[in-house]
Parts: sequence; C-alpha cells; structure tokens
Amino acid sequence: MAINQGFFSRLLDGKHAVISIPYFWFILLAAIPILIILKISLSEMQGTSVSNMIDWSNGWPKLTLNFSSYQFIFSDSLYLKTYLSSIKYALLTTLICLVIGYPFAYFMARSPKHLQPMLLMLIMLPFWTSFLLRIYAWKTLLENNGIINNVLMSMGVIDAPIAMMNTPFSLMIGMVYSYLPFMILPLYANLSKLDIRYLEAAADLGTSPFKAFWLITVPLSKAGIIAGSMLVFIPTIGEYVIPELLGGSSTLMIGRVLWNEFFSNNDWPMASAVAVVMILLILVPMAIYNKSQAEAEAK
Amino acid sequence: MSQATNNKIFSNLWMIAVYLFLYLPILTLVVYSFNDSKLISTWTHASLRWYEALIKDDDLISAVLLSLKIAGISALMSVFFGTFTAFALNRYKRFTGRTLLSSMSSMPLVMPDVIVGLSLLLMIISVQHWLGFPDKGLFTILLGHALLGTAYAAVVVTSRLREMDGKLDEAAMDLGCKPWQVFYLVTLPLLLPALISAFLLTFTLSFDDVVLSSFLSGPGYSTMPMVIFSRARLGLNPTINAVATVTIVVVTIAVIASSFYTSHQERKRKREEAQAYSDSNK
Repeated sequence: MAINQGFFSRLLDGKHAVISIPYFWFILLAAIPILIILKISLSEMQGTSVSNMIDWSNGWPKLTLNFSSYQFIFSDSLYLKTYLSSIKYALLTTLICLVIGYPFAYFMARSPKHLQPMLLMLIMLPFWTSFLLRIYAWKTLLENNGIINNVLMSMGVIDAPIAMMNTPFSLMIGMVYSYLPFMILPLYANLSKLDIRYLEAAADLGTSPFKAFWLITVPLSKAGIIAGSMLVFIPTIGEYVIPELLGGSSTLMIGRVLWNEFFSNNDWPMASAVAVVMILLILVPMAIYNKSQAEAEAK
Repeated sequence: MSQATNNKIFSNLWMIAVYLFLYLPILTLVVYSFNDSKLISTWTHASLRWYEALIKDDDLISAVLLSLKIAGISALMSVFFGTFTAFALNRYKRFTGRTLLSSMSSMPLVMPDVIVGLSLLLMIISVQHWLGFPDKGLFTILLGHALLGTAYAAVVVTSRLREMDGKLDEAAMDLGCKPWQVFYLVTLPLLLPALISAFLLTFTLSFDDVVLSSFLSGPGYSTMPMVIFSRARLGLNPTINAVATVTIVVVTIAVIASSFYTSHQERKRKREEAQAYSDSNK
C-alpha cells in the first residue's frame, strides 16, 4: 500500500471498510452509551433533566463531579441489601442449575449417538419460544388459584391452596427454568468430548465408578462447569422480567431497582449509578469466564 | 436387578424429569388456551372463544404486526453488521483496536438488558438535545434490537467462518476473481446457512424482547411483548394463552423446517465437495 494514499481511499479499500463499519456501529451504540451512563451517574437532577457536568458560563470549562448518587447507594442499607440479595439469588440459581444440569448433560453425552441430536434439539426448542410467554405460563401454574393448586385440591391432596407465587420459590423456579439450557449446553459440549478410555483405565485398575467420576470426569469437565456457571450467573444478577412477574414485592433484585429509579422516580443519575455499580459487579465473573475460555482454547 | 440396569433407569428418569420441567409450562399454555372458562386455571370444556377474542383484540393485533415489522428489519440489520463484525475479527488478526472491537461486540451479550436499554436511551436523549432528532419510536427500538442482534449474529457467523479455511477464497483469487467477486461467488454462498440461522435467531430475540423496547419505545409504539407484559403484570388473561399457542406453533414449525433445510444443504455441500474431489483425482 502506498504511503501517500489519503484517508478516504484507505477507508474504501476492503480491509478498512470491513473493520470501520462494525467499529462505528459499536462505538456509537455500545461504547458512547456506557460513557454517558458514567457521566450522568456523576450529575444530579435539575428539574426534568440532569445538571451539566461541564460549565462553560465563565468562558472556561469548569468540571463538577457529583458523587451524591454513589454516596446514597453505599449509605442506604436498602441498596446494599438489594445487591447482596441479587447475588444470593444468582448464586442459588447457578447452583441449582448445576445440580440438575450436570447429571443431565452427563446422561445425554452417554446416550446412543443417533439420539443425541434430537435430545439436544429438545433442549434448544423452548429457547426459541418466547421467554416472556414461558414465564407467564409459570404464573398460571403457580398462582393461588392456579393450575397446580387446583389439580392438587381436586385430587384431595391439599385442602387450602399452597402460597407459591410471589415468593423466593416462584422466583427460583422461573430463573432455573429460563437459564437451565445455558448450563446444559456447554456442559454437554464438554462431556461429549470426554475420552472414555480414561474411565476404562481407571476401572481396570480397580477404581469404583463413583470414585472415578469424582477423580476423572469432574476435573476434566472443569471448563464446562465454569462456562455454564458464568453463563447462568451473569445474566441472572441483572434479571428484571422474572422477578417482576414471579418474584412479588418482597424479593429484592437490583434490575427492578434500576427500572423503578428510572421509570417511577425519574431519577436518572441514581439509575445510572445503580447501573455502574452493577457493571462493576459483573466484571468479576466475566473475567473468570474469559480466562477459562482462553485456557480452553489454548489447549 | 443388576447395577447397570438400575443406573440406566435412574438416568432415563432424570432426563424425563428435566424434559417435563422444560415442556410442562408450554403444554399448559397450549392446553388452557382451548379452555372455555374465564378463570384460566379451572377447566370447563374445550372452546375456541379466546381465539375469537384474539382476532377482535385490535391492540394486540397491531402490536403483533409492529413486532413482526421490527423483528424483520432489525434482524436484517443485525445480520449485516454482525457479518462485518465477524469478518473484521476473524479475517484480520491484527489491527489497532481489535481487542476494543471484540469486547464492544460481546458487551450486549453479557450486560443485563436493563443496562443496555438505559444506556441507549440516555445516549439517544443526549443526541436529541443536540440535534433535535431522533424521536423515540420505531427507529429507536430498531437501533436497540439491532445492537443486541449484531452481537448474537457475530457469534453465529464467527463459528461458521472458523470452519471455512479460506482455501476456496484463495483458489478463486488465483483464478482471477476480484475481491468482491470472491465474496459474492464463493464466500457468501458458503456462509448462507449461517446467515439464515443468524437471521432466525435475531428475529426471535427481537420478537421476544420486552426490556429494550420498554426503554426505547415512544407513545403509540407498543410491541407484542410490551402488551403481553403489561397484561401479565395485572393478572392472568386467557387471550395471552391463545396468542402464545399461535406463536409456539409458528416457531416450532419454523425451527424444525430450518434445521431440516440446513442439514440438507450441509449434506448437499459435502456431496458436491466429495464429487469435485474425486473428479479432480481422475
């Protein structure tokens, strides 16, 4: 390439066009919006809009940073409690998905080869039908006058409806239900590649199947466990729709707090500050995920 | 009974239980959409009354039409930008800011929807202050859905690009094709199955989204999930079961048809490759 080529002709050559199109797209819609959230989280509300961070009225820029939203988050125990309870529910969801999903993925990887594509498709199929409608379906099942209570009562198992809706139980059902496929898919991908000869060798040397499972299968599927756990944990922390429809007012989730700060209280700086702290929270599990993916690729 | 058969029974039961858990809610949605009772959970007798109600429900029908329009356009945008993203990240291993592009493109995948929605809305409001447009409505929803979709489409196209080794591109180049001819005659046909699955995936994501739309929509623009969400918050409504059943039937048929189509294409391609190889060895 000639050095004296101008900027625009370079832009028009293949490589630079291919790179610059997604670059502009993501700078505009991903990078700038995050910076704007950061900026607004450091301002305060003035009437219906936010204060200007940089004041030009004296002829030179005067930067005012307002940390009041952050101070509020870290001093008001309700916010801290909500962050902690979001983490708690996300951890619990991840754990339950792992306990249900690991044996499932293991059995799926051991089932006859010709059945596996169909079993896999059956896991993916619910993912294609609307997430919102599936959550709504749980509402019709779990309500006091819902289908489960009605069926149990007409069979005479219970006399009065069991209160399942708007409890941590209904929240957990909805979250595990929605995110279970995200746990199963990476685990299956990992376990189906497991070399069965390791287990045969262990059996030949007299190891019991139970011991071989813990000493060989589990350590070898570590990458799948980490990938699946992060794919469940990261999105559940900020979940909004499931707690709103199934959780009721007593279950605290940070996604709902953000929503209410913005839509009910019209407090943009507060909503932005809540979002920034949430992003910082997600960075830790994301780093773990990226590291394990990089390690798996390097192998 | 032997240990092996016991294990087999246990593993089969476990798998059946998980599938029941995954499909039970969907089945009840479908079954109870044919229930005549106004109370969703008490079965009286079969009827199509909620489908009649659905046809007359103008709010819901216009919301469905709006959602289809948004999903179609945003899926096209997603596939366009997603393909460029995948090409940039896979065909060029070294350029300034590659890490930045790859982390920006995975950001919508890992950020909670509420953050993506809030940040986009605040950005759009700033632009509006500055330039006087765009107004909240169809265009802003499209931007949000296309951003999310681009990230997913890039993942789908990337996995296909990794399977293609680029030798055919080089061969076409050696035979005198110009770069754009290589793209249209060789790369694009090979990529087509991935582009179709990316389109279907991003269409579904857009058709399903409620959080981004709620942030980015303006007055008069309610998508189908927004209408369903606001009704579901208020309580149970059998019309939702009817609309759910229609969506489930359409989606299931589309998914099965497209998986048949892609596996057919794959086999056809393999056969042609084998044919070409054996011809060249004659």
